[in-house]
Order: sequence, then structure tokens, then C-alpha cells
Amino acid sequence: MAYSKKVVDKFENTINEPAKYNVGRFDPKEMNVGTGMVGAPACGDVMKLQIKCESKGNTHIIKDVKFKTYGCGSAIASSSELVEMLIGKTLEEAKEIKNIDIVEALELPPIKIHCSVLAEDSIKQAIEDYEQKQ
Amino acid sequence: MSNEINLPIYMDYASTTPVDPRVAKKISDHLTLDGNFGNPASRSHKFGWKAEEAVEEARSHVANLVNCDPREIVWTSGATEADNLAIKGIANFYQMNGKHIITSKIEHKAVLDPCRQLERDGFEVTYLEPNEGGLITPEAVLNAIREDTILISIMHINNELGTINDLGGIGKIARENGIFFHVDAAQSTGKIAIDLSSLPVDLMSFSAHKTYGPKGIGALFVRRKPRVRIEAQIHGGGHERGMRSGTLPTHQIVGMGEAFRIAKEEMDNDKIKIQSLHDKFYDSISKIEEIYVNGDTDNKVNNILNISFAYVEGESLIMALKDIAVSSGSACTSASLEPSYVLRALGRKDELASSSIRFSFGRFTTEEDVDYTLTLINHAVDRLRELSPLWEMYLDGIDLDTVDWQTH
Repeated sequence: MAYSKKVVDKFENTINEPAKYNVGRFDPKEMNVGTGMVGAPACGDVMKLQIKCESKGNTHIIKDVKFKTYGCGSAIASSSELVEMLIGKTLEEAKEIKNIDIVEALELPPIKIHCSVLAEDSIKQAIEDYEQKQ
Repeated sequence: MSNEINLPIYMDYASTTPVDPRVAKKISDHLTLDGNFGNPASRSHKFGWKAEEAVEEARSHVANLVNCDPREIVWTSGATEADNLAIKGIANFYQMNGKHIITSKIEHKAVLDPCRQLERDGFEVTYLEPNEGGLITPEAVLNAIREDTILISIMHINNELGTINDLGGIGKIARENGIFFHVDAAQSTGKIAIDLSSLPVDLMSFSAHKTYGPKGIGALFVRRKPRVRIEAQIHGGGHERGMRSGTLPTHQIVGMGEAFRIAKEEMDNDKIKIQSLHDKFYDSISKIEEIYVNGDTDNKVNNILNISFAYVEGESLIMALKDIAVSSGSACTSASLEPSYVLRALGRKDELASSSIRFSFGRFTTEEDVDYTLTLINHAVDRLRELSPLWEMYLDGIDLDTVDWQTH
């Protein structure tokens, strides 16, 4: 599998410095935490994404993000890339993030596009979970 | 870390081996004007005679390693061609006797694909399931035999697992039922002794490049007593007693001969060395939590270790182990996204099948290579598990089979 340098770098940085790259977890029961988990072990990838938000005016801002991903190199790079895009965004802005943004940022090969789709699904689900709690 | 380690470390000897320097020397002596470059089929001058002599000496070395008559060895371009020649050769020659073939689901593609081709030509093929240890039992073969079965093709050592099939047991059943028995032994030479004078095997495929010889050369053993006949698949000149035409590549043939001569001479030493590397590797790696060795450990060779690291995905593990050359499943299929068909045939769950890595050592592997590899594996598995939501759930005591996953 010939990955772009961007995928390889993102993957290596993430596994070598997990704390810096937001690997970890929040308590999913906390009211200001939204959790999304998508994928299946049998399909080869599972992404778990958690957002911690704060209300500001009539919207909510993503203050912090944690994630864990089981999957191929590009699945791990895709979630890590997404996490960086999310911090500081309002929920409305976060909903605007599409898988193609990740594909472009990482120069994903066509055979790995599904990793970016999974990442998009994980943020959608995390926001949904958060909004249901409010 | 030691400065002497050359990165990346080669841990993929089951995919191919480097050519032994002694073999390389032999090859280079058979190429240029000042060497033995002649066409072994030239009858009218010394260049041809000398080349033929070198080819026949190499044939004796190959025959000597597996204890057969040199006249039973047919040169091919490799084990893939030998498998094709054996399977299609028998099927074409004996199709009047029946059109049923027995093979297994864990064969190399070089056996499976010719069988698929024969199915398109009107043959019927039974693909046996291995037991959970990755072995094809003589009983399984016996139960699949029909009146119209003409060929059984079962591999000796499985390339992904290193498991060793019972050739004596399967061959006995084949003999009793008057069925030809072909064995793909590409992984066997130099690893375990083969005695074709006593083994009830009719055809056996060999490869040079898995045993420190060059790529592009192999051989098929075709038994003379009782006589086995095959229909040629490549025509043009009638070389190799009509079974395989084409000018013999003297340099590759002497390379294979030298490699097999050395294999015979050094097999005992190689085995002791590999055993000690294997034990060192296995003792350390078995201390990692939640790992599974694939294949029956009581019936396997020590140079191949196939391990599943639960809760870690295989491709990411290989990426994290970029300083070690290993393969996940068979190198021929690792370009695809499918988990290994061999591991799936063992009944491994997809996620365990896709988290498997095959480590294979060889003649030039050092203890330092093994130590360094172990350090990298421990580090990579720790890091990827820290990143794995499945590992987190496992530590939390959640049974992953009870989770309602969203498949995609």
C-alpha cells in the first residue's frame, strides 16, 4: 500500500505521541461529552470519537476532543486529522466537515476513501449524542 | 540500539530468501564467454556438452536432497509452473479415467488457480477444509474420494502457518485408491528431510528461491516407478523428455543445484540455529497478553511463526513495524484488503485473521535481529492498543461479541 507522506507522518506522530494527538477518553456519562462510535471489528475498523463542549451564546463550542481508532494506517490518520479540524469549532461548523476534506488533507488513495467516510460518521454521531443530552 | 543492525530487518524468509553467496558465485560462472555459457541442448560442440554436464550435476543435487532418481526431476520456471504442470498435466492425461480432483482451501494460489481453471474445463474439484490447527487430515481426504477421483493435491508445509501435513498418511490413502498424489513442497526443502524413495508421493513441486537459490527456477518430481505420465503444458523442442520444452537456463539451474546441495549439507546446522532463534522469539512474544499462534504448534516448522495480536489491526501493525520486513498473510494477497483466506479457513474470526503477522527466519537471521524485532513489536503493540477502542473495551470487561456493531 503506497500511502502519501502525509498519511504516514500523521500515523507515526499519532502513535508516537498519543497524548499530544488527543488519544484517550472522556467519561461518556458527563453531560458536556458527546460520544460517537462507528465501524465494526469484522470490517477492520472501529472509530470512537468524543467531544467535550461548552455553551457559548446560542451555540456550543468544541473545547476538547479525544479519540481511539482500531484500523488500518489511514483509518488512524483520518481520525487524527479530523480531531485537529474539530477543536475550537462550533457544532454547526463541525457538522459542515465532510469526508472529502479529510481525503484532500491526507491525499488518501481511492481504496481508502471509506476511512474518511467513517471519520465523518463518527463526528455526526458524537454531535447527535451530545445534543440529545442538552 | 546496536549500530550493527541493518534496517529494515528481514523477517520474511518464507516469501523469498537471499541467494547464498556460494550460489551466486556458481551462477556467475555460467554466464559469460569465459564461463560455461553454452546451450545444454547443443549436441555438436564442447560448449553444449559442458553446459549439459553442469545441468545434470545440478539435477543430481536436487534429486539427492529429496532422495529420488535424477531422471525423475523436470526443470520448470518455479514452483508455480511445477504445480500447473502437475495438476493440468495429470488432469489432461488421465481425464478419461475421471474428472474429479481433491485439494484444500489452504493451498497456495499456484494450486488453487489451476484447479479453478480445470473447473471451467469441466472438472469437479473438492476443496477440503483444514482442521482448526491448519492441517489436512488423511481422514478428510479419504472422505472426499469418489470413483472418478484422479488426483489429490495437498501441500507439504503451509506457507502462511508453517504447519506440516501428513504426507505418508495421505499418500497411503491415495495409493490404496489408485489416485495420483501431488505435493507442493515449495516451503519444505532445507527445512525438513524428504525421502521420496519411501514417501507414497507421485509428483512434487520445488522452488529454488525459498532455499537460498535464484528466482525463476524450480522443478517437478515425476515418479518413474510406478510410472506417472503427464501431458506437457509448454511445447517447442521436446526438452525435459517432452514434459517441458524451452532452452534450459543453465545459470539458474546450477544455482538451484548448488542451493540444494548446500541445503542437504547444512540442513542439520540450519535447523539447530532456527530452533534457537524460534525459542528466543517465541518465549518473549508469548508474554504479550492476548496473542494467538495460528497453526498446530505440535506439527509445524520453526522457521515460520504466524501470530494474531488481538485488538490491533494487521495493516497498522505492519506500518508501525516499518523497520521489520514481515508479511500479513501471503505476500501474494496482501495487496488486497481481504483477511487471509488461509486463516479464515481455520475458522478464525475476521478481526483475528486480519491482525495476523507472519514472521519467518532463515540462514542469515541473527540473534540481534530477533532481539531488535522483539523490542519493536512490544513497542508497536503497546502503542496501537493504547489507541484501540477494542482494547479499551476488553480491559473494561466488555465482550465484543455482544456489542451491536454498525457494519459498513
